Amino acid sequence: MKLSHLKKMRVIISLVFLLATTIVFLDYRNLIPEKLISGIVYLQFVPSLLKFINLLSITILGFIVVTLLTFFFGRVYCSTVCPLGILQDLVSWISRKFKKKKNRHYQYAQPHNILRYSLLGLSIVVFLFGSVFVITLLDPYSNFGRIMTYFGKPAVVLANNGISSILEKFDIFSLYPVQLINIPFVVMAFPIALLILVLWLSVTKGRLYCNTVCPVGALLGLVSKIAIFRIIIDESKCTKCSLCAKVCKSSCINFKETEVDFSRCVGCYNCLTVCPTDAVKYTSQPFRNALKNRRRKEKIVKSASVKGSGGPDLGKRNFVKGSLAYILGLAGISLAQDKPVNKNPTEVPEEKEFPVSPPGSLSLENFNDNCTACTLCVSACPTYVLQPSILQYGLAGIMQPHMDYHVGYCNYDCTICADICPTGAILPVVLEEKQLVQLGIAQFIKENCIVHTDKTDCGACSEVCPTKSCHMVPYEDTLVIPEVLEETCIGCGACEFACPTTPFKAIYVDGKDTHQVAEKPAEEELEVPEGDDWPF
Amino acid sequence: MKRRDFFRKSVGAGIVTGVAMQMGGYRKLWGRTSRRVLPVDLVAIRGGEPDVMFDRGIEALGGMKAFVKSGQTVLVKPNIGWDVIPERAANTNPLTVKRIVEHCLAAGAKQVYVFDNTIDEMSRCYKNSGIEKAVKDAGGKMVPGHIENYYQEVAIPQGQRLKSTKVHELVLESDVFINVPVMKSHSSTRLSLAMKNLMGVVWDRRYWHSNDLHQCIADYTTFEKKPHLNVVDAYNALMRNGPRGVSKSDVANMKSMLISTDMVAIDAAATKMFGQEPGTVGYIRKADEMKIGTMDLDNLEIKRISI
Repeated sequence: MKLSHLKKMRVIISLVFLLATTIVFLDYRNLIPEKLISGIVYLQFVPSLLKFINLLSITILGFIVVTLLTFFFGRVYCSTVCPLGILQDLVSWISRKFKKKKNRHYQYAQPHNILRYSLLGLSIVVFLFGSVFVITLLDPYSNFGRIMTYFGKPAVVLANNGISSILEKFDIFSLYPVQLINIPFVVMAFPIALLILVLWLSVTKGRLYCNTVCPVGALLGLVSKIAIFRIIIDESKCTKCSLCAKVCKSSCINFKETEVDFSRCVGCYNCLTVCPTDAVKYTSQPFRNALKNRRRKEKIVKSASVKGSGGPDLGKRNFVKGSLAYILGLAGISLAQDKPVNKNPTEVPEEKEFPVSPPGSLSLENFNDNCTACTLCVSACPTYVLQPSILQYGLAGIMQPHMDYHVGYCNYDCTICADICPTGAILPVVLEEKQLVQLGIAQFIKENCIVHTDKTDCGACSEVCPTKSCHMVPYEDTLVIPEVLEETCIGCGACEFACPTTPFKAIYVDGKDTHQVAEKPAEEELEVPEGDDWPF
Repeated sequence: MKRRDFFRKSVGAGIVTGVAMQMGGYRKLWGRTSRRVLPVDLVAIRGGEPDVMFDRGIEALGGMKAFVKSGQTVLVKPNIGWDVIPERAANTNPLTVKRIVEHCLAAGAKQVYVFDNTIDEMSRCYKNSGIEKAVKDAGGKMVPGHIENYYQEVAIPQGQRLKSTKVHELVLESDVFINVPVMKSHSSTRLSLAMKNLMGVVWDRRYWHSNDLHQCIADYTTFEKKPHLNVVDAYNALMRNGPRGVSKSDVANMKSMLISTDMVAIDAAATKMFGQEPGTVGYIRKADEMKIGTMDLDNLEIKRISI
């Protein structure tokens, strides 16, 4: 096979992965089967590694496959599987169409190894101390997921709502409008900052993010240092024409020294296609020689000048401005919710000892230790109950989804989040088990309840309770008032969501730090009125 | 269709109408559909499958042509509130809905729309209730009801607690409105029947809950776009743990159906089938007092059919 075909293959595979991964996050109608979603994100390095550490199961091989691939061929993950990497490629490819020819080239640059390995070290150390916080902030897949969930999905939903409102005028209802949920700006701040950073770096410096900030890039870079197949420059053939360095997004080809810093190579294979003398090779044969060569030459340290970005580029600036305006605009748009109106504002605040983590997450600890906030579950949750947290789990848990019972409630017959979670923060749970997972217990505040304050029937909480753990018992006169049966309550939050009182609810779910197993609601025999006579 | 057509018609009808709409909402635009004098007030059917029971019942009322004229649009409003399977009886039986849609189309309806402001997530309710498929098979149209944009503010002049509410535009725009609740127990209103089922055509239900639920239910029945026909589906009835139910053990296969133009009467009859007295259900008593209909079944012409 000719080496130039490698790039074409890489481009095709990467686009397939990017498209599939993007669609998974944008699937606002839950049209993609959960198994397929799991398959699509199977190779994502960080989630797979976390899940493996959590479960120690041999079915979780994604990160091993990636590591082996890297050991054999270098960081192919970065240019084919990593959605953030491919997104950068796409952005820099497009941006280069708008650049003057002389500005389109990349050039060799020294690695920022101190920053690069510090961030990797920090990720690992903090993880060993039991927190995925740094990984959450830096993992490319999780960042891509957040960007898609926070910005991509709303854009698609807006488009859907626009088109569906037109179709409705023609009596077509197959595309129906979909609710948009506000994501707090505090939560969006980091993904916005990261998106801007990544976009700016990809426009100006190619894959600098991947070789400086990304811990996966740094880790796989270490593996690729000993990779078997690697890109080398055959000194005897090289004419120092610099073409390879000019197309290297990683700025890792030092053509003057005929060296390739393979730890930074993301395996895009652009260099292979441009070399006029076939001096750039992707081979295992001269592996040892090349290595020796490299070590020898490392002694001669040469600083390479890094060209500045030059004068202000208005187009670029406007682009950034435009994107920002768009993002901020999205934050403000959402469809109106019910505006509850009770005559007397409620006075007793809800006191939640623990937040509520999704069914399958076993405990807050397991969830917080394994969730990298990729928000795949937030995107897929059909009732929108899973929302990114602000400080519900503490600062280290920012953006990790929590069950927000003011937005929705957990659908009794749904296990989507558990089916698709790639990190094992939410573990698979069969429906029958899920229906008995006690995430928390409903707490009733009589002083806030309409039945107590207004002396009128309400019972919204009991209506929606799937287990009738919130049931109505006689109160004054003919009134009935809620009572919670804690044994069977699963903490799904339907009662809290439905409760109409403001500002404080009369019933709310206090989370469990470790999920429990609820009792199954009793099934008594039903006495059916007998006889053929109508009672009227 | 709908909002656009509606506005076009309004403009055609002249400035006066426009002004009326501005000031009084939609309600001035509709005269009450003149109700035919029916042979009976209430039909009670038992012993058959849902479709057969409806066939026989509607026949006793003079056939669907008594309610649906050729070229009219029809709204059929079942209960599709819950993401549960038909056997759980939390939603109206899909076969009942299907047969009603078929009868409307056979009577010459231009289009038959079906929706509910579901409580669980809409697409799951529509699908798992079996109603979406049933309606499509019958040739009707499922319409969403989960977004506030579909709901228009209307005045309820005779309401005591409920002075205005947001109603789905299909209620306002359809020529004929057929209300098809399933017979259920209900934890807060005691029973969920025809009048209670109308909570599924409004948006701001939380207001109802926090402002004397029984009174709001009764108040809404004074709104002039009333159902022209009510069908209480008691093929499977949810006898306890309503309105959602916990398991199939809550369901009784009663193989019954009630049909009437009088919401109060049909609710009173269904209440008796639960072994309860209509006067003990707050909204039925209030609606009776407000003369929306009558809960006094003794003075009604009731046709009882056994299959």
